[in-house]
Amino acid sequence: MCSLCGVIGGNEHWTDAVARPGVFTRNVERLDRRRERARRVSAANSVLSAFGMSVSDWQGSAFVLATRTGKSEMIEDLGHLWPAAERLSGRVCDPLDPQLISCMEEANHG
Amino acid sequence: MAEMPAFTPVHLLTGFLGSGKTTLLKRLLAAPALADTAVLINEFGEIGLDHHLVERIDDTMVLLQSGCVCCTVRGELADALRELHSKRDRGLVPSFTRVIIESTGLADPFPVLSTLKSDPVLRHHFRAGTVVTTVDAVNGLAQLDTYVESTRQAAIADRLVITKADLCEDKAGLSRLLSRLTEFNPDAQRIMAGSDDPDADALFGDDVAQRATKLQSPSGFYCDTPTLRVTAEGVALHTAISSFVITVDRPIDWTGFGIWLTMLLNRHGERVLRVKGILDLVGEDRPVAVHGVQHLVHPPVHLDAWPLGERVSRLVFIVDGLDANLLKRSFNAFALAGNSDARPQPEAAAQIRNA
Repeated sequence: MCSLCGVIGGNEHWTDAVARPGVFTRNVERLDRRRERARRVSAANSVLSAFGMSVSDWQGSAFVLATRTGKSEMIEDLGHLWPAAERLSGRVCDPLDPQLISCMEEANHG
Repeated sequence: MAEMPAFTPVHLLTGFLGSGKTTLLKRLLAAPALADTAVLINEFGEIGLDHHLVERIDDTMVLLQSGCVCCTVRGELADALRELHSKRDRGLVPSFTRVIIESTGLADPFPVLSTLKSDPVLRHHFRAGTVVTTVDAVNGLAQLDTYVESTRQAAIADRLVITKADLCEDKAGLSRLLSRLTEFNPDAQRIMAGSDDPDADALFGDDVAQRATKLQSPSGFYCDTPTLRVTAEGVALHTAISSFVITVDRPIDWTGFGIWLTMLLNRHGERVLRVKGILDLVGEDRPVAVHGVQHLVHPPVHLDAWPLGERVSRLVFIVDGLDANLLKRSFNAFALAGNSDARPQPEAAAQIRNA
């Protein structure tokens, strides 16, 4: 358990798999791990911006998800991101929503 | 006695009522191959263990001649597994290297897998192994037509055991059943049950190696494009379950893919019965295999080499009532979005939209 935030030992999410033989993960070297977290923040933000939210790294151990009005929530890994995002924004974050897809397509093709 | 692995695989034996689960288990229990195995069953009575029995450990646990520990589940499955784990640690039962759970015929097998992932104790000691589903050659087709549980059990299987094929006189019916199974679970291994097959190793053998190699077949990939259903004979219930393949010929960004898949599973996990595939990732030489069942995704594994040397990402989805085209579009829009390294593109658009 983290004595600062009181979060009890993390659930291993598949995107952060513990390094074991054969398992693909970027959770091995310290630098790789930090780099992957930074990329994750930027990738998540490109989707979250459509919902008026953003996420940032917190001490390399958690993420802070925030809305534009400042409502925020700490999340541990990607597994918690979307339920929290739905709670904070009060909207459904559906990747199959055609409007959201066109929004992303526009962003990609600029 | 075999050494205790860091994560004990938990295999699931499922199948509809009367599809031959117990018969299969009964035969397996008598074999020496299950020596280092703990088996969780519903009722001792059904299996008829008496003549294999060596020692009764307590009310719910017995030790068999083969060295296999057999226990019944009373109440919560998680409690039974924790009890097993604690007894193994204290040396009260012989050390086992795998667990097999017999699920009841009407159960949706997914909650068992998710228990392993969410329980605070179990998730550090156990991992999900293979799902074996028995399908009755005689009644299987009718069960798939009528009961959604039956369809789900077959759709999430890693291995399908076709039982009672010798009783099946209607050969056309059997081949219809097989093609139906191919439709919604194109890459499960199919095994015909006989009096001696399949043996325990074929069913519950090394599943990580299997999972990795299973994604590749001589033709290059196990997940071949599923055969399409003839519309004339469809019942609404399972025309909803469909499978399709997404193929991408340029490297995928792992981070973007992770964001997309978690988002998809968060909203539609119950309807994504299975997703598995082999990915060509930006910055990785070797292919990476991913494999998920509903909300649960197994840790991704590195494969040794590309099948036929062809670097193409392929993702197979088995979905219940989701629009394949929408999902493909969504994948392209989200998972390929972070690909700016591989494919330079103007990034101004995101800012314009934010302004």
